[in-house]
Amino acid sequence: MNVLVCVKHVPDTETRVKVAADGLHLDLGEANWVVNPYDEYAVEQGLQLKEKLGGEVTVITVGGDDATKSLRQALAMGADKAVLCSDPAFEDADPWSTARILAAAAAKLPCDLILSGKHGVGGDNQQVGSLLGQLMGIPVVTVVTGMDLEGTSLMLKREIEGGTEVVKASLPCVISCQKGLNEPRYPSLKGIMAAKKKEITAWKAADLGLDPATLAPSFQLKKMELPPPRPAGKILSGEIPDQVKELVKLLHDEAKAI
Amino acid sequence: MDFEFTSEQKVLRDTVRSFAEKKIRPNVRTWDAAGTFPREIFAELGEMGILGVIFPETYGGAAMSYVDYVIIVEELSRVDPSVGIGVAAHNSLCSNHIFSMGTEEQRQRFLTPLASGKKIGAWALTEPGSGSDAAGLRTTAARKDGGWILNGTKTFCTHATVGDTAVIIALTDKADPHHGCTAFVVEKGTPGFKHGKKEDKLGLRASDTGELIFEDCLLSEDNRLGEVGHGFTDALKILDGGRISIAALSLGGAQGAYETALQYAKQRVAFGKKIAEFQAIQFALADMATRIQAARLLTFQAALRKDKGLPVTKFSAMAKLYASEVSVWAAERAVQILGGYGFVKDYPAEKFYRDVKLNTIGEGTSEIQRLVIARHVLKEFE
Ligand SMILES: Cc1cc2nc3c(=O)[nH]c(=O)nc-3n(C[C@H](O)[C@H](O)[C@H](O)COP(=O)(O)OP(=O)(O)OC[C@H]3O[C@@H](n4cnc5c(N)ncnc54)[C@H](O)[C@@H]3O)c2cc1C
Ligand SMILES: Cc1cc2nc3c(=O)[nH]c(=O)nc-3n(C[C@H](O)[C@H](O)[C@H](O)COP(=O)(O)OP(=O)(O)OC[C@H]3O[C@@H](n4cnc5c(N)ncnc54)[C@H](O)[C@@H]3O)c2cc1C
Repeated sequence: MNVLVCVKHVPDTETRVKVAADGLHLDLGEANWVVNPYDEYAVEQGLQLKEKLGGEVTVITVGGDDATKSLRQALAMGADKAVLCSDPAFEDADPWSTARILAAAAAKLPCDLILSGKHGVGGDNQQVGSLLGQLMGIPVVTVVTGMDLEGTSLMLKREIEGGTEVVKASLPCVISCQKGLNEPRYPSLKGIMAAKKKEITAWKAADLGLDPATLAPSFQLKKMELPPPRPAGKILSGEIPDQVKELVKLLHDEAKAI
Repeated sequence: MDFEFTSEQKVLRDTVRSFAEKKIRPNVRTWDAAGTFPREIFAELGEMGILGVIFPETYGGAAMSYVDYVIIVEELSRVDPSVGIGVAAHNSLCSNHIFSMGTEEQRQRFLTPLASGKKIGAWALTEPGSGSDAAGLRTTAARKDGGWILNGTKTFCTHATVGDTAVIIALTDKADPHHGCTAFVVEKGTPGFKHGKKEDKLGLRASDTGELIFEDCLLSEDNRLGEVGHGFTDALKILDGGRISIAALSLGGAQGAYETALQYAKQRVAFGKKIAEFQAIQFALADMATRIQAARLLTFQAALRKDKGLPVTKFSAMAKLYASEVSVWAAERAVQILGGYGFVKDYPAEKFYRDVKLNTIGEGTSEIQRLVIARHVLKEFE
């Protein structure tokens, strides 16, 4: 089975985020950039399928040159090939444009299954996987925590509010991966050395037949701000029965929690 | 000149850091208290390739550079210096001596199981009566029946108890120790070879340090490593590389202590302020960050020179001297910044304080590094 895995290069979740002076960008300081944690589940799943069924795992990202690091990590884990979609026209890509770029690239990379993370941390849009399936006209199953192959179909477990849903999907399809699906492996040192020798294909807008003019963001960012600091807690005093009454009243009227 | 890591080196750093955080961090206090050597962690390190970092793939190694090796030892030591020193002694002392001085046959036989992580290596030069004055050793190897017979005791040997393969420096010509020492490879289970007492240490308590005892231990000629009479000079060459790993061990300990202090200072309130707002604390943190970075640059420079095949003796001694002294200083500052909490085991500061002291002692004390450096700089002006 040939698997295409979409990975995003994102700031480490431990990064302390500040809004930049222009109020439109984030100031990430000296953030360490890593493979989006949910995409690690996708890479691991691709590798497990390859180990079981043969075929190849190709990883793909839309990003700048620095995103090479995340591709190298996936290659070090055991992926066979990597594609970097990088072009000045992709710089402000929104989820829709990103999905279009990936769809154009996927058309040149025939595969049986496309895996992505359930969402990319930082942007938190949760859209790219679904849009990609839509653009390619193939089924999409999101937030997947379990996967089994049955004949030419996949039996998938997906997380839903308060339970698990079991879904059968035909191949090819797009699956977005959630924590719990597997335990991503650490790259071995040999894997890291081998990754050095694997080639990363670079595609620009022209290589993908995309007109840069059509990639302009479909929405405009107006302003970015941090949530207001949490107000100090309230400490009630007095007799316990009175405190309980007061607490219930506050929870109802002020916090609107009950 | 370029001070940036490659993408692969960043992947390597993140991988080792994540492994250390997930698999090592939760156990550090338990291993320290009980003095347990974490065998299962070494098995996992072996699977990842970390017990054969710098050796060719033909011997089961990862064929990485010395710069990569420094990254690994620093990251492991940032979480637990006990694991860092184990990886260092295994790779750059025992395995590297076999790789550098061994015959093809010896590399296949002894290095392959070490580099692929199936066996743990030890390297023994120090004796009860000789440390800095390494040439004062007394362990002897005499020719017997076409082989060699070893007698004597080695002390302070890392992996004395848990090791499977040891490189031993012994006296083969008492008249001239500098040119009368020879190295041997001894395997666990060889008659006449046993380990003695395991040391109960101030720090690095999860690292196994102890005695090796030889009583009429008969070895074949195939166990002789390197030329007869070259054991001492070969050992000094091995230490040139080994010292870079002790510099990396020092960096990790210093960084770990510094991060503990930094986090604490941003949370602890005294006199109505975060203590990080006091200039006295800020200056301490600034000096820690600066000295650690300076130590890091010296260490990577020495490693890069080694990768390029340039002379490293002076550079590795400088890196080792400076990084180790910085680690002891920074760990003490960290304890101070934590106040009473730096003195108790609930925070990692006190453990770093105990662990880093070995850095100015092992693989040549600070005084010995200064002797080595002085010898070089004086010669440069002859
Ligand atoms: C945890 C640990 C692990 C170790 N692992 C190993 C190992 O794997 N293999 C191994 O072979 N050894 C190992 N050692 C031994 C270590 O290398 C020695 O302890 C070290 O070289 C110092 O020797 P010594 O302890 O005999 O001290 P000494 O040499 O007796 O030194 C005592 C003091 O005198 C000073 N001194 C000595 N000579 C001079 C001089 N000429 N000028 C000025 N000052 C001087 C020293 O600097 C020191 O301060 C280990 C030690 C420890 C504690
Ligand atoms: C073994 C032990 C025994 C003890 N026994 C007793 C006892 O019997 N009775 C008792 O009452 N206490 C006892 N203590 C507590 C001890 O006195 C305190 O730990 C000490 O006063 C420091 O306070 P702290 O730990 O809260 O550190 P903090 O006050 O939080 O200080 C943390 C750091 O911030 C620095 N700092 C704080 N304020 C400033 C400032 N304004 N400017 C610059 N730097 C500042 C400190 O110097 C320190 O480096 C004991 C502690 C230990 C470890």
